[in-house]
Amino acid sequence: MLPESGLSFAASFAPALLDPARSTPDIVTGPSGKAANRRYDVYRNNVTVSLIDALAAIYPAVQRITGTDFFRAMARFHVRSNPPTSPLLFEYGRDFPEFIAQYEHAREMPWLADVARIERAWLDAYHAADAVPLSPARLSAVTPDRLADLVFIPHPAARCLRSQYAAVTIFAANRDGAPVMRIDASTPEDALITRGEFDVTVRRLPPGGAVFADSLISGRPLGEAAALALEAASEFDIAANIAGLIEAGAFTSLSCGDPS
Amino acid sequence: MSTVFKPVPPAAMPLRFATPIGGVAGTSFKPEHLPAILEGGPRRGFFEVHAENYMGAGGPPHRTLETIRRDHPLSLHGVCMSIGGPRPLDKAHLARFRGLVARYQPALVSEHLAWSTHETSFFNDLLPLPYTQATLACVCDHIDQVQEAIRRPLLLENPSTYVAFRESSMRETEFIRAIAERTGCGLLLDVNNVFVSASNQGYSALDYLADFPLSRVGEIHLAGHAEQADDEGDLLLIDSHDGPVADAVWKLYEVVIRRRGAVPTLIEWDSRIPDWPVLQAEAAAAQAILDRHQSTAMAGDRHAA
Repeated sequence: MLPESGLSFAASFAPALLDPARSTPDIVTGPSGKAANRRYDVYRNNVTVSLIDALAAIYPAVQRITGTDFFRAMARFHVRSNPPTSPLLFEYGRDFPEFIAQYEHAREMPWLADVARIERAWLDAYHAADAVPLSPARLSAVTPDRLADLVFIPHPAARCLRSQYAAVTIFAANRDGAPVMRIDASTPEDALITRGEFDVTVRRLPPGGAVFADSLISGRPLGEAAALALEAASEFDIAANIAGLIEAGAFTSLSCGDPS
Repeated sequence: MSTVFKPVPPAAMPLRFATPIGGVAGTSFKPEHLPAILEGGPRRGFFEVHAENYMGAGGPPHRTLETIRRDHPLSLHGVCMSIGGPRPLDKAHLARFRGLVARYQPALVSEHLAWSTHETSFFNDLLPLPYTQATLACVCDHIDQVQEAIRRPLLLENPSTYVAFRESSMRETEFIRAIAERTGCGLLLDVNNVFVSASNQGYSALDYLADFPLSRVGEIHLAGHAEQADDEGDLLLIDSHDGPVADAVWKLYEVVIRRRGAVPTLIEWDSRIPDWPVLQAEAAAAQAILDRHQSTAMAGDRHAA
């Protein structure tokens, strides 16, 4: 769609904002015939720096791990190739973890993208709709013969992520300012992200726990979810896991699901 | 996202006018100040928030804003509507904005004479526009849509600018006056923006204010700026919101208050945010000017009677 007559200024002004190879648009000028290069650069700088800052705010643990200079250089590439498409900055950077996974200078940190995925999920949980978590008493009231058919309604903030690396431990160690001890990155860890009363929490799930949580969050009945979890890990403890998920606030209600 | 903001048909919502809050000074609300604000208890003044920060479905941001709103008047300041852009307004964004106005009943609602989105990209900056008959018609159309959606007048903020457009055919004050007359919108006069733009564009800030439709001003912004240099090595001021209000801006503010009378005034401070007492002290300085003017005005009234 061509802009209406007299409204082409944005199409001329915008392309150079994120492209340093382009020159200052010739539709702008300084006063009294002054040049506008450094003047236009103020806008380039505002755009680029504020978007890098936005990624730094969403991914503080990634920035702490890489150091500020590394992070900002990496983020600058991402901002220039993938600017936001929503005016809501807390929606920005969904493709940043994948960008990190492909970023050649981050190859020595293969777990970094998973840490970023946890941070992105953390922010989604933070802004998710409010809902009252399921009370443990609701489960106690279900008769044993109906347990296998139980279906849980997930809390809007609940998310589950799996990693081949110790992403949860690395995330937790780098989210605050505390000193970081040596971490064995090679232990696979799965994360449960929830928001209970107020704060977002990230928990490490036991073996089989992610399959179980994922299955329940996607609406599979309890019996089916437990079978899948036992298949994934023979030591899987159904009672401890369901209690843990409820206590974390992963669900808002349950139904004794009529098969449909 | 849609669970909180239930669409309200415009016709079903009565046209609301802002509850007048009079000549009080307020500050930007920053969540890191919440504990200090709560400890101090309800106080005179208001808080301004960027609307977009509260456009999530739920969670701590809304709890915090509810807490602040319970005890204080609120100013809802939109940053990303892209009113000055040539593209149609983002309907989903407009619906979210309307949802916030309905939910929090702010005393003041404002947006910018600027644009930030083009094609599919959001640039997160307040970008400038040429002042022509074509852009005037487009901006007025966008403001009509916003005011229709929120069922109340919007306050439109004058920008800080670093470049001029060759095609501009109107002065900024002329352009803004025409918008206010055509749309019935109010104005948010950012005195720091006036100072920054005047310096950067080589005109007099006092002349600008003399030509500005002050009677339509419903809110004033004061903020700090930074200094850089242009291509010729001359001073280029940056609207940085990262420090105290400059002395020259305080002087212009006093001129405005003398002419316009006391209006709600905000200390805007968005980066390198200081501790709460520092921000509070800036607001107290604005309040002192407002109070001095209000008591002088009252004395003048008595004298006249």
